[in-house]
Amino acid sequence: MRWGVVTFPGSLDDRDALRVVRRILRDDAIALWHKDGDLRGVDGVILPGGFSYGDYLRCGAMAGCAPIMTAVAEHARAGGLVLGICNGFQILCEAGLLPGALVRNRSLSFICEPVTVRIEAVDTPFTHLCQPGEILTLPIKHGEGCYVADEDTLATLERERRVVFRYVGSNPNGSLADIAGVCNAGRNVVGLMPHPEHAADRLTGGEDGLKLFRSAAAWLERRGAERIASTS
Amino acid sequence: MARPVTAEVADEHGLTRDEWAKIVQVLGRSPTIEELGVVAVMWSEHCSYKSSRAWLKQLPTTGARVLQGPGENAGAIDVGDGLAAVFKIESHNHPSFVEPFQGAATGVGGILRDVFTMGARPVGSLDSLRFGRIDHARTPYLVKGVVAGIGHYGNCIGVPTVGGDVYFDSGYDQNILVNAFTIGIARRDRLWRARAAGPGNPVIYVGARTGRDGIHGASLLASAAFDATSGEKRPAVQVGDPFTEKLLLEACLELMQSDHLVAIQDMGAAGLTSSSVEMAGRGGLGIVLELDAVPLREEGMTPYEILLSESQERMVLVAKAGHEAAVQAVFARWDLEAAVIGRLTDDGTFRARWRGAEVCALPVSALTDAAPVYRRPAEEPARLEDLQRFDPADVREPADWTATLLALLESPNLCSREWVYRQYDQLVGGQTVVRPGADAALVRIEGTQRALALTVDCNSRYCRLDPYLGAVLAVVEAARNLVAVGAEPLAVSDCLNYGNPERPDVMWEFQQGIQGIRDACIALGTPVVSGNVSFYNETEGRSIPPTPTIAMVGLLDDVELHVTPWWKAEGDVIILLGRTREELGASEYLSVIHGIVRGAPPWIDLDAEKRLHRFCLEAVHERLVRSLHDVGEGGLAVALVECSFGGPGLGAHVDLEQGIRMDALLFGESQSRMLASVKRRHLGRLRDMARRDDVPLTVLGEVRGRNLVIGDLVDLPLDTARERWRHALERRLGG
Repeated sequence: MRWGVVTFPGSLDDRDALRVVRRILRDDAIALWHKDGDLRGVDGVILPGGFSYGDYLRCGAMAGCAPIMTAVAEHARAGGLVLGICNGFQILCEAGLLPGALVRNRSLSFICEPVTVRIEAVDTPFTHLCQPGEILTLPIKHGEGCYVADEDTLATLERERRVVFRYVGSNPNGSLADIAGVCNAGRNVVGLMPHPEHAADRLTGGEDGLKLFRSAAAWLERRGAERIASTS
Repeated sequence: MARPVTAEVADEHGLTRDEWAKIVQVLGRSPTIEELGVVAVMWSEHCSYKSSRAWLKQLPTTGARVLQGPGENAGAIDVGDGLAAVFKIESHNHPSFVEPFQGAATGVGGILRDVFTMGARPVGSLDSLRFGRIDHARTPYLVKGVVAGIGHYGNCIGVPTVGGDVYFDSGYDQNILVNAFTIGIARRDRLWRARAAGPGNPVIYVGARTGRDGIHGASLLASAAFDATSGEKRPAVQVGDPFTEKLLLEACLELMQSDHLVAIQDMGAAGLTSSSVEMAGRGGLGIVLELDAVPLREEGMTPYEILLSESQERMVLVAKAGHEAAVQAVFARWDLEAAVIGRLTDDGTFRARWRGAEVCALPVSALTDAAPVYRRPAEEPARLEDLQRFDPADVREPADWTATLLALLESPNLCSREWVYRQYDQLVGGQTVVRPGADAALVRIEGTQRALALTVDCNSRYCRLDPYLGAVLAVVEAARNLVAVGAEPLAVSDCLNYGNPERPDVMWEFQQGIQGIRDACIALGTPVVSGNVSFYNETEGRSIPPTPTIAMVGLLDDVELHVTPWWKAEGDVIILLGRTREELGASEYLSVIHGIVRGAPPWIDLDAEKRLHRFCLEAVHERLVRSLHDVGEGGLAVALVECSFGGPGLGAHVDLEQGIRMDALLFGESQSRMLASVKRRHLGRLRDMARRDDVPLTVLGEVRGRNLVIGDLVDLPLDTARERWRHALERRLGG
């Protein structure tokens, strides 16, 4: 599988995401630039963590309008895989590719700590190797990770089983319905606040996060040679 | 507007009358106002080290691994695989007291620039913080502001904050300390230095625009004691923009891969002036700046303000002639400005031009080499003799040892720092193997099996009671913390925080501190490769306790071998390495339980300390220990509990041999001690090694259950103790 990791000015975990897919998964991966107009034929796009454009406006608001996001939206519409991690999740919400918004943590503080999340949906490309209800330990590190949406949106998400990850044990940031991550109606776009790329190495935080990346690669393989449309 | 430049104007710039006379003599005329501003800042304590320079020469700065000692933006050591570790610690004390959030944030920003200016990608930061009494009215505000500021900058630029320390002491009520440390990794054959070369080469300004912030930050804020008007100096505190710095970092590292660059220097204290003078000075050259070309944030700025602004996130570099456009292209990709603002000359003069006129023409050597050096009078204060007098017989032992232990665990200096470090991104970069909360942090060097161990230490109560021994113990404690994760201590960066050097007692404390660091660093073979001096930590005549903060870097060749403090499995044998003496002086126990800050700090035998290190490192390499933990403040009982507060959270049953006072046995802070847990079958081998190395080894008990049981003295349920220890800081600070 060929991954593309987008670097916005202020992206921070882009190098980490690239390292995980290249060195640990041994997948093909390229760095994409926020000013790029196309995705150069990648199968999956990762929008990484960080503080894009400093996040001096709402988190992800500027990046949601970056030139590359037009190509990301087209890729998503065509069924291509998109994973937004932390700031990437915020960007997907700002760009309208995922519903809801991420606001300031209930504690008003940045929080960096491991959390446990339950896999609520295994019929997404990023979770299909997981067991339903499986618990993963992943780190969070964010100041604005409290997921909010209006009641109708929340009801729709639950009805369509689009809550993919839910905090268990304790809710670190005040997210409604303990939501840690969601997907779009097509289930090919997934965003989450915890960092699977920082749980991909036994020595630095466990390996639970690898399942997400492995799922995506296996999912593409299972779809055989079917090529995800790209704009290139 | 054109006010004559007189001795009175020099007074306002913080220069002495002698210094004024010297300027006039060197120039053979009165300086212009711009020149006066430049001289005042270059000769300030903060930039010139005029009170400390003569003494700093005593520190050991060389060694087989040293690639760059003091004098550059940061020090560098060889860590194998063709790589260099580049690091430095620096203070941002005065600004952080005046404006805690921005003061701390820009402190982090400044030290990060020092490291990436050398061509190193920053891989970890530590912060050493000192606040006043936790129940002082202003303390919660300062703590919250500083921690949020550090988090804001570090989190937003993507460098993990992997450790640090925090202490509360009434000595810091009016002068807090914020010491920031950063380490980065560079190829050892691609270290960049701030040495200008090639007359005619262009001087290029990159990064944020210049504004009016921070003017006189170095000369007036950092180089004078506080008084009642210090709050009014808030405009001298800079404002940080970590986003711009992140772009600057990436652009600079990209440029350093090319062959366009000659030299590079960050604009820190004293901004454009200090950075260009220092680069020219190191290269023995002159420099001419066209101030009209400097990118400005606002209109109407004077040449004086442009020269002295301390706006953040700016760098100045020298490129090869003809490569200007290529340099600008790199920065343009990151949406950053790069303006040619001058060129190098061979006349040894620092010149600045503004609207066609020369406003500044100063010999570079007058600003650097000819800066004043003071050997200020030093005298031992009479108070020490009295403070060191302490008779344990005056102290009644507590009736309830479990309650006493619990009180210590909840005390401000011993309780968990989780509330602080959970606000920091500890993980970005993906190499953090041991996170905050252990004896030292461990950061793997990307693409290798090696790892850097990092710690920062200083017990200022020891330093207050014995400034020499306190400094020795700061070095020793740092080294022991590195050994506790399995790393060999390699080198030091020191941040020397003291009061007003014009007072003989402070100068004496400073000299004692230098000697202590020197003796300990020579004994342990850990040279000092970078550092910083912060004087004038004083308010209305009251100084901080001497605080020579020691940041130490160690190396572990195989990261798989690292150990943590926490008990691993029931049935493991708990051993104590080292000897417990009847030492209560200067202890946390005396202070917290009895309200006494007196006595002599614990005794140290540097040879015994070295033997302990050798023993522990061999045991780690042979995989004979499953956990290691330094016995530090709070003594043996607190150390035993701490081993239960991480990992699987197992308890311990131990028996302690008596023979000395029970409180000294449980809570005394004797040095050169380490707690370990080992498999029973390794005990024999370890005993042989201990005999060979002359390291006292005592079996205390075993890992068992969920309580800490010490004979029939203590029976502490760890689950409740842990909750109280974890949340004590947040509770005391009011959430």
